[in-house]
Amino acid sequence: MSDHVLDAKGLNCPLPILKAKKALKSVPSGEILTIYATDPGSVADFAAFCNQTGNELVESSQDGDVYIFKIKHTAA
Amino acid sequence: MSDETVADIKRQSLSIIVTKGSLDWAYPPFILATTAAALDYDVTLFFTFYGLALVKKKLDLKFTVLGNAAMEMPMFGTHIAMPNIMAMIPGVDAMAGSMMKKLIKEKGVASIEDLREAAVLSDVRMIACQMTVDLFEYKREDLMDEIELGGAATYFEVASKSHINMFI
Repeated sequence: MSDHVLDAKGLNCPLPILKAKKALKSVPSGEILTIYATDPGSVADFAAFCNQTGNELVESSQDGDVYIFKIKHTAA
Repeated sequence: MSDETVADIKRQSLSIIVTKGSLDWAYPPFILATTAAALDYDVTLFFTFYGLALVKKKLDLKFTVLGNAAMEMPMFGTHIAMPNIMAMIPGVDAMAGSMMKKLIKEKGVASIEDLREAAVLSDVRMIACQMTVDLFEYKREDLMDEIELGGAATYFEVASKSHINMFI
């Protein structure tokens, strides 16, 4: 199901958020966007992003230096 | 009611008065504006005085050591502060400016050009202060096509309806 992927590794604030916002536009409602990032600030920022935009943060995890976020596109 | 998200309740809005046009001070307004737009805020930037340098068609932003008295740069595994008197020496600003640009690139920080482009694409409203445009003898054609011209009353019309108002 999750073939919407955004590689935001190496990018710094606010680029992962800006790119995620853009990427979500092509994710149909109810489907999941997976984001890979290396910016430690993105952990708090993606939680805030989902809170503010009404999208659902299904998963926020870490694999080594890479942070993985799964966002369900639920906003109108 | 309580589990409604902010987005359900009301569209948020942000206005920023942008008064500084150096390379480093260009970041806060554009980072906040583009992020707020990504969070579905209505965003207005009001450029006045030296902030007008940020809405010229061709960006040529400089860095000034003098304006940042407490600045220190990461160097040789530590942080080196520059004695303020050195800022007077010709070439020091240019050197610090190119160090800053190098750091920006290395750290994956967006360029101001990219952030400004993102602001335009996400419908950030940009207003240039007519009075300072006249004062510094800028021509309309020197400024970005997307820019509107307006004065203090235009700003207050926006600010009075904005949830967050900032001055940078």
